[in-house]
Amino acid sequence: MNFKVIHFIIAAVSLLFSANAFAAAPIKIGALFAVTGPAAFLGEPERNSAKMVIDEINKAGGVKGRKLELVVYDTAGDATKAVQLATKLIKDDKVVAIIGPSTTGETMAVIPVAEKEQIPLISCSAGSKITDPVKKWVFKTAQNDALAVGRIYEFLQKTKQTNVSILTVSDGFGASGREQLKNQAAKYGITIVSDDTYGPKDTDMTAQLTKIRGTHAQAIICWGTNPGPAVVAKNVRQLGIKTPLFMSHGVSSKKFIELAGEAAEGVRLPSGKVLVCDLLPNSESQKKSLMLFVKDYQKHYKAEGDHFGGHAWDAVMLLRNAIEQGADTPVAIRDQLEKTKNFCGIGGTFTYSPQDHAGLGKDAFVLVEIKNKDWVVVK
Amino acid sequence: MKKDLLLFTGFSTLVMLAPQLFSGGYLMNVLVFVGINTMLAIALNLLLGYAGQISLGHAGFFGLGAYLSGILTTTYSLNPWVAMPTAAIVVGFLAGIIGFPILKLKGHYLAMATLGLGIIIFIVFNETVELTGGPSGLSGIPNLKLAGISFDSDVKNYYLIWGFTLAVMLFSLNLSNSRIGRALRAVHDSEVAAQVLGVNARLLKVQIFALSAVISSLAGSLYAHTMTFVSPASFGFNFSIELLTMVVIGGLGSIYGSFLGAALLTLLPEFLRGANDYDIIIYGGLLMVMVMYMPGGLVRGIPALFRKIVVKGKAGNA
Amino acid sequence: MQFDQILQYVLSGLSTGAIYALIGIGFSIIYNATGIINFAQGEFVMLGGLLTLSCLELLKLPLWAAIPCAIAVSTVVGILFERLAIRPLKQPTPINLVIITIGGSILIRGLAMLVWGKDTHAIPPFSGDTPIAIGGATILPQHLWILAITLIIILINKVYFYHTISGKAMRACSYNRRAAGLVGIDVRRMVLFSFIISSAMGAVAGIIVAPLTMIAYDVGVMLGLKGFCAAIIGGMSSGVSTVIGGLILGVLESLGAGLISSGYKDAIAFIILLLILFIRPQGLFGKADSERV
Repeated sequence: MNFKVIHFIIAAVSLLFSANAFAAAPIKIGALFAVTGPAAFLGEPERNSAKMVIDEINKAGGVKGRKLELVVYDTAGDATKAVQLATKLIKDDKVVAIIGPSTTGETMAVIPVAEKEQIPLISCSAGSKITDPVKKWVFKTAQNDALAVGRIYEFLQKTKQTNVSILTVSDGFGASGREQLKNQAAKYGITIVSDDTYGPKDTDMTAQLTKIRGTHAQAIICWGTNPGPAVVAKNVRQLGIKTPLFMSHGVSSKKFIELAGEAAEGVRLPSGKVLVCDLLPNSESQKKSLMLFVKDYQKHYKAEGDHFGGHAWDAVMLLRNAIEQGADTPVAIRDQLEKTKNFCGIGGTFTYSPQDHAGLGKDAFVLVEIKNKDWVVVK
Repeated sequence: MKKDLLLFTGFSTLVMLAPQLFSGGYLMNVLVFVGINTMLAIALNLLLGYAGQISLGHAGFFGLGAYLSGILTTTYSLNPWVAMPTAAIVVGFLAGIIGFPILKLKGHYLAMATLGLGIIIFIVFNETVELTGGPSGLSGIPNLKLAGISFDSDVKNYYLIWGFTLAVMLFSLNLSNSRIGRALRAVHDSEVAAQVLGVNARLLKVQIFALSAVISSLAGSLYAHTMTFVSPASFGFNFSIELLTMVVIGGLGSIYGSFLGAALLTLLPEFLRGANDYDIIIYGGLLMVMVMYMPGGLVRGIPALFRKIVVKGKAGNA
Repeated sequence: MQFDQILQYVLSGLSTGAIYALIGIGFSIIYNATGIINFAQGEFVMLGGLLTLSCLELLKLPLWAAIPCAIAVSTVVGILFERLAIRPLKQPTPINLVIITIGGSILIRGLAMLVWGKDTHAIPPFSGDTPIAIGGATILPQHLWILAITLIIILINKVYFYHTISGKAMRACSYNRRAAGLVGIDVRRMVLFSFIISSAMGAVAGIIVAPLTMIAYDVGVMLGLKGFCAAIIGGMSSGVSTVIGGLILGVLESLGAGLISSGYKDAIAFIILLLILFIRPQGLFGKADSERV
């Protein structure tokens, strides 16, 4: 091995880095999203939203005169890759904070890295265990599954439909929902009469639904992300089941209505407010953020912004606010994030504290019903 | 023999010096995974390249090792150094039992049966939520510790993993040059002929299947203790296929080939990262081109390519 | 357990099984003509569905025109695949062929992702979606389409393989390629033919299932895997036994999900398959043949 060559390379590389440091260096923010793979429905809008909002911030002159730079990597929904890329962001790209990953499994895998390297992590995934117990360096913007489940159960309790069948997808999203559905049932006086699952790539759920039809369920709750729930809705219709069908916030986008077609009518689901933002009263504190997000997303991507993208939007805005308070090192950013109070984002109104790194209250979700291929808020 | 020893010594020296060349950084982390994948590729190569038996379910054994280690050290607070061999013994035992009926099958029936086995194991990881944490995974697995050193950084893990990988390589090199290795090759060429010559082909196949499973399980345990987190998604059908690809791209029946294949397929996504969504296309295309132009794998293809260039170069000079 | 519940499980299982069967036959045809297990077979299913979608939405074709159009384009992809990847292979060992088809499937999937994006798309059913009641169970008109088209394809296959010259030639290749070559059969052409037939058939499968299951760039993997299993249970035949293989797989899954556990339904199906293979290592329908030394 020729050591001279290696020395030369090392010298050249270090020169490159130091040259960078002399210029008015942008603040580097890392992002890990599952842009491809089974969780692409989360990762793609998240990446788009994060890029969009960083662009908008830089166009407006950056934060305190410094530009923000976003380094995005695609994890493909794989926990191993997520950990590798988190290390890459921290060691090679030297980011001050990380946004993402998109799924709970990946986030749980990345947490030890963030904690050890002391880099703030703002996860965009929903699992309650991410911030419970509280970890010093880990925050999240996605609403807890527990809140979505609570919203459905409240409604069921009110309408006295207490026998429910649950049908969840066997991936991280479904497993987390299933756990919450089971844990919270007793609190709302709800009995789970059957508990079934389906595979993320399954194309026919009539077997599970036939079984459910044989129980005395007064409501069916399906917990999954497209396209599974659309198949479930179609199968429910095929089997002539009249029991009311509830879905998770995992399908709260127009895509679900498009896929399920006629079968989507009458389906109820908890959703972030972004879906119904134009129906909200002007007094609603989140309305300004929501309208801005939807408008920007439409402008940049000619598509409907959904609340998954909103998680990334919130994360970037939270970071921006922290940086605006003068924080530009990981430690300072973390401390500032923890002081966030009443930030009105897409997912809800965030207030972090040393005891709470999830920061959202129950009002983050509204229950909507699909009527005439559109959303109606259920009172 | 001497040449083999020299090659191995050279290779291990290079491996041990590598951290000095690429001090720290993210590359270290990738090289840790190259080590783990090399171990897995060798395990599969022993079965496929030496004994001629295909397996489309090796990710299952890898996952079993990882999960057994993970569960024993978290739920039952066992010492990782005890959990690792325990996992390996359990997996080897299971593979031995299932090996008898499965290895009776041939050709695509064997492919299908091992594929089914892998899928069944994957489903068990997903469904036994109380034990494995289900699809959300199992976290909080402790790092390995040795003489006061906790293997919790990439550089430390590098030495740990590569220590094991080199041991597995040395063992496999010896195996292929031993009586068993020759018997295996005989089974590969013609099972009936080998049997006529007094080789108990059936037992030998089961033994190598179990051995291959044990090495995979060991790699799985090491993976669990370096990642400190496992989830079912890492052990699916796709990973079994990726392992198969590593072995074939590297070169069937060659231990160093397995290293080359594992290194290429682990490093490739890193280089393709800049290509964004196009990476999957380049990846697929490269696989095809490799098989087309280096049908014997990298280990035979690179020297051939080298000779071609040198010969052409000389011809040009003359 | 009520009778109409069981009936529903069986009916659901049969209709999913028919899809597996169609894909499985595609596997078998190529395998018999070439000895290749074509792991890209599932991607033609995906192409069929997505191309139909494009014909309907972009070209605004009516359904009856969109379908042949989609089949034609998928077949062209099949031809290109054989010409560019399979034929130039210098060392066509079975294992190299497996890897090249895996590479091909990744490539086709990646291109589809670029063309159609990552979203799932819906395709309207051929003739409405008013459920049809049979006993206490219900099926959709689309299920009838699937069963009917599977039946028609088996019949066409039968006629082709037993009553036409090129079909007989292809069968000859499957028994002994070298001997087939010696009697003057152009083996390479037969290989190309087998790719044409099976890519077209994959596309048909994709088109008829898309209204039920919806379609996205990555549906080929799982469907391909299930089709592969159907083909193997059927002993890699291109006829009735692969269809039976597919139907068995579909019904096992459905009964497993309904009667035992929905989470373990695929595992149940595979355990039963493994047991079948352990008892009959030569496959469900194969005759035990003695090995030549």
